[in-house]
Amino acid sequence: MHEQELIEKIAFNVVQGRIEAEDEGFDEGLDGQPAVTELLREALERGLDPRPIVIEGLSKGMEVVGGKFQREEYLIPDMLASAECVGAAMDILSPHLTKAGVESRGKFVIATVAGDLHDIGKNIVSIMLKGAGYEVIDLGADVPTERIVKAVSEYQASFLGLSALLTTTMRVMGEVIEELQKAGLREDIKVLVGGAPTSEGFAKQIGADAYCKDAFQAIDVLKNMSSG
Amino acid sequence: MEDRVTETFREGVVVKPYERLSPDQVEWLDEASLRILAEPGIWCYNERAASLFKAHGATVWEEKEKHSGCWRVRFPSGLIKEAVARAPSRFVLGARRRENQLLLDAEVPRVYFGSGSEANIWIETEMDDFVSVHDGSLTVRVPRFTELRGNTGLLSRAARLCDKLEHLDFFIRPLNIQDPGITPENHDVNKFFASLNNTTKHVQAGLTKLENLNDVVRMAELIAGGPEGLRGSPIISFIACVFKSPLQMVDDTAEKVFAIVEAGLPLVISSSPQGGSSAPIQEAGMVAQINAEILAGITLTQLIREGAPVLYGSVPVRARLDDLHDLYGCPEFNQYNIDCVQLARFYKIPCYSTAGVGDAKVPGMQATFEKLFTHLYMAMSGAQYIHYAFGLLDRTNSFCPVQAVLDNEQIGKIKQCLREPKVGPSVVEEMLVTVKRVMASSYRLYARHIRKAMRAGEVSSPYRFEAKGLEDRVLEKALDHMNRLESERPPHLDQVIVDRIFDEIPGLLPGLREATEGEEIRYNDLRAGSKLCTSKSS
Repeated sequence: MHEQELIEKIAFNVVQGRIEAEDEGFDEGLDGQPAVTELLREALERGLDPRPIVIEGLSKGMEVVGGKFQREEYLIPDMLASAECVGAAMDILSPHLTKAGVESRGKFVIATVAGDLHDIGKNIVSIMLKGAGYEVIDLGADVPTERIVKAVSEYQASFLGLSALLTTTMRVMGEVIEELQKAGLREDIKVLVGGAPTSEGFAKQIGADAYCKDAFQAIDVLKNMSSG
Repeated sequence: MEDRVTETFREGVVVKPYERLSPDQVEWLDEASLRILAEPGIWCYNERAASLFKAHGATVWEEKEKHSGCWRVRFPSGLIKEAVARAPSRFVLGARRRENQLLLDAEVPRVYFGSGSEANIWIETEMDDFVSVHDGSLTVRVPRFTELRGNTGLLSRAARLCDKLEHLDFFIRPLNIQDPGITPENHDVNKFFASLNNTTKHVQAGLTKLENLNDVVRMAELIAGGPEGLRGSPIISFIACVFKSPLQMVDDTAEKVFAIVEAGLPLVISSSPQGGSSAPIQEAGMVAQINAEILAGITLTQLIREGAPVLYGSVPVRARLDDLHDLYGCPEFNQYNIDCVQLARFYKIPCYSTAGVGDAKVPGMQATFEKLFTHLYMAMSGAQYIHYAFGLLDRTNSFCPVQAVLDNEQIGKIKQCLREPKVGPSVVEEMLVTVKRVMASSYRLYARHIRKAMRAGEVSSPYRFEAKGLEDRVLEKALDHMNRLESERPPHLDQVIVDRIFDEIPGLLPGLREATEGEEIRYNDLRAGSKLCTSKSS
């Protein structure tokens, strides 16, 4: 297979949302054919430069997916399947990209705050951000405040995403921001909050940088922050 | 031949029937009905029917003192049982488009929903903007309703809309036609033409005048490709309310039953007593009586021609106790009707039942409540053929097209809710594999694995007319949807067939033919309009 053809196939499988050969795609009859993981391994074995794989394979694939979602051809599960493909690909490519001196769009620490076990929304944001090219450090759910602050410091993250589903736990987000302040980390990090009980007003009240109603808004917010 | 005819039919929904009555209770009601038919029996106002009953062993005598032309008929139970047992359990109702055929099988609770009634009023809906008297910057959109008198143009429109409603399985005209040129003599041909020319689904109606039957049948034969084609897959069928409750067989309707059965076409033997006036209000009494009436009607069909395809037509209603009008959206309505479905199943005859009628005069919360109350219960009962289900308001007095669109959404959800469970060894295995795969993945999220079910239509969509903010835009959105459906190409008959029908069948209003041509023009205009929009935006 020609190199360009291999990259196009990776893009195609991102659009189809197929991580491994056993996955079904959006279209019928693709089961059993090599998917993103298998194609990527082949590309690396053949010594392909990881940069065009990211730009022409993964990013281009996600652009197509975004368009399909906007035109309502794709629903959330399709979008997530494609984002998971990119996330899985980035896990494989990361060491190669580092070696080639390529940086991610930024380090993003994400967590559901202490006392709250809900992680579906947080996971969706993680998958989508990873798919959008961010290096995501996912701390999980019910994460103590001190662990979040420590991770921000250790990873020298540019962004922090905090999630809560309960009205009783959302106040913990404010505590995290206060602790960041005390640790002298607040100036260097943008804090994004989200979850069912949160709102634009709540974000302002606790001193967060942005409220995101869903993963798509999170991506938009991050783009604006980066360009700003 | 039957296999070929029945190989394609609408899916409907096969349900696990909800049954109110125990097997003993079904037998007690059956026995009660047979006892009613034995004593006091029925008051039969049709001499031919009385003679036929007599020839087959009923006790018949003429009531000379009180009524002229009335025969009292007392049935031995064996006569009823034998006749009812001859009625077919399974038959097909045809349609212009083969995939719209209906397979009725008394032993399979496959539920179909359709329209019905002959409302005199058409309710048109439009949205209007109103400004707050307190704050001029605030406006609200509110529906406004206009009553129109039913006519052939509006009936054509109803048929076209119903053709596009994906959850409507058959068409019974929901609107009476009252054009200036309509007379009893041409009523039937015009209502059947307006229906058949605008829907590819099964068309069913009552017959206004017996003398019109031949013309209606000829029209259907022209469309179905000849007499044999029509009988093999009857694109039309009839409703005969042969009983005036309590227990009186009507003369002219009985004559229609003879003619329809002799013409070899399916019909519904329907009865609609009102609990509290023309039948007992108590469940046991109401159901025993309506069942007796229907059994006597079905017996007539089978004595005319053994094996005649017939539906057990039960439309029992309850009286309102404040004005004695029919009361549909009430618990007793469901109870009476579910019992009748069980009895039809006991006799192995497909059941024509009722749902979707209420007292609400306009679309809204009351209409939704009343309709859901009966749509859901009657679908759960497993009645094969549920009429009245689309667009009716003010009991059966008005038809509102946007209400039909709302009912379509509700019925779609009900069909999906009651579908057979997809649980079997292979599905369970597939799910176990998925559980393992997801649990081995980073985020333990199933979203990626629901796509196959989503594409296969197994996952329901949110309510089609929901609004995002703190507002109710259901009617506005339903109207938009209706307008889109109405702008689609009408499913008119081929012009050659239309020409033959107008050549052979007397009494058709010229306007119906012009409307056919006019609709083509309107459709083409709309298409041109949408093309213009496309080119502008591109």
